[in-house]
Amino acid sequence: MIEIRFHGRGGQGAVTAAEILAKAAFKDGKYAQAFPFFGVERRGAPVMAFTRIDDEPIRIRYQVYNPNYVLVLDDGLTHVVDVFSGLKDNGKIIVNTDEDFKNGGDTEVYEIDATKIALDTLGINIVNTIILGYFAKKTGEVSIESIIEVIKEVFPGKIGEKNATATMKAYEMA
Amino acid sequence: MTKEVMTANKAVAEAARLVKPKVIPVFPITPQTSISEYLAQYVADGDIDAKYVKVESEHSAISAAVGASGAGVRVFTATSSQGLMLMHEIIFAAAGMRVPIVMANANRAISAPLSIWNDQQDSIAQRDAGWLQTYVEDAQDALDSTLMAYKISENDDVLLPSMVCLDGFILTHTVEPVDIPNQEDVNKFLPSYNPKHSFLDPKEPMTLGALADPGYYFEARHAIEIGMEKSIDVIKKTCKEFEEIFGRKYDLVENYKCDDAEIVLVAMGSVCSTIKAVIDELREEGEKIGLLKIRVYRPFPVDEINDAIKNCKKLSILDKNITFGIGGALYSDIKAKINKETYGFIIGLGGRDITPDTIKEVYEKTKNPEKDVTWVGLKKEDD
Repeated sequence: MIEIRFHGRGGQGAVTAAEILAKAAFKDGKYAQAFPFFGVERRGAPVMAFTRIDDEPIRIRYQVYNPNYVLVLDDGLTHVVDVFSGLKDNGKIIVNTDEDFKNGGDTEVYEIDATKIALDTLGINIVNTIILGYFAKKTGEVSIESIIEVIKEVFPGKIGEKNATATMKAYEMA
Repeated sequence: MTKEVMTANKAVAEAARLVKPKVIPVFPITPQTSISEYLAQYVADGDIDAKYVKVESEHSAISAAVGASGAGVRVFTATSSQGLMLMHEIIFAAAGMRVPIVMANANRAISAPLSIWNDQQDSIAQRDAGWLQTYVEDAQDALDSTLMAYKISENDDVLLPSMVCLDGFILTHTVEPVDIPNQEDVNKFLPSYNPKHSFLDPKEPMTLGALADPGYYFEARHAIEIGMEKSIDVIKKTCKEFEEIFGRKYDLVENYKCDDAEIVLVAMGSVCSTIKAVIDELREEGEKIGLLKIRVYRPFPVDEINDAIKNCKKLSILDKNITFGIGGALYSDIKAKINKETYGFIIGLGGRDITPDTIKEVYEKTKNPEKDVTWVGLKKEDD
């Protein structure tokens, strides 16, 4: 089983990203589960969401404490919360940043300027789908085809098309 | 049949769509769940031909449900935590009037202190009302139990309302794969509702919930007890019919590796999934441990429990609720009805996370018991 933790701020779509990832993994023929950090919803406050993916049905129902991957939608959060908390030894972290993000120690850290892609393609700084494109390429845990398909289902019409384009850009950049 | 990734809230809404209710009264504001949002959408889109009644409180929501069900139509409603508490008065009335309402309850803690997180105190507080109560383990169970609840409640031998209890957040906000049955199969399983007893007919007027003086009240309450007793067989039969059509197996209880277990954990709801994973792990280390899941809590399945635990030495009862001074409600029920060395554990109140370590501590404390009832997961004084 692999476990993924998303860090975002309320309103940035971390929960939606976790659900899209679960739905895409299910399309790939795997079992999946996604849930938010259980709490009150406040725009701008740090939030977390989680996805579990496995070849077997998933039974465990507690929070994710030792993720294989951490995805950070907003690099400002790295000053507020310990995004490395509990990350597995061989775990990887993907951060949306335009800076050289070096405080990872031995941890493998990938930086992607998803905000730039979002502003160029969507005209708004929402990076939740974009970072999934990067994740798909870098980790191989989910197919980009399924990610794109689910994005179009979750956001019907033009918004879905634009998100799919932006997500493909991130995939190709990775 | 289609398979989709969705929350247990949506799974319940899908079930409510498939049973074709005629009236859906809901209080649409917090602590209401997204179940009511999905149903509002289905009604607006014409997917359900129902009257969606937005009322000013949960007390009114359940009152409207009683009225509609008393008039002879299928009714669905949903609530959670404080909303269920506000319904309390009419919850009893619904059972007394023998109206087969089905209601979903997202299990969440009760104030004070104010909490929005999961435990099962809200529905446990309604356990003596005369409703059937099912505690579901996952989103599929939530959908399937809602379908079955109608068939059970509407049975002439039962005619008691049903509460489908799903753990708040842990199920209501978690997405996972769910089979959605097709309408034809559901129609076959659950034909349209033709009530014999409650039906608004001016030619044959009848009264529900009338004054009963001491010459009648006692028998009316006893009749609820009989309905509750008879519901055991109706539930078993309904589970069999469900399995024949949909292929998924349910029962009043689930025996998970109890037959050769020395210690059997007894629990309700979503925590059973985590417990099963822990049992598999401990069994690889040679531990003789099993789980008895109480899926249907009311009626209380005494014979089924006795049958499942007959070989074990000790029972550990896990409760996400507390009857102060006694222990959990499930613990006190088992102590009352089952003759076995039994220990009670209070876990997960107000959303305290239940991890494999919690379960292992319960197991260890049952092996080496210190007291009858233990709260597991409390912070140490210096935490």
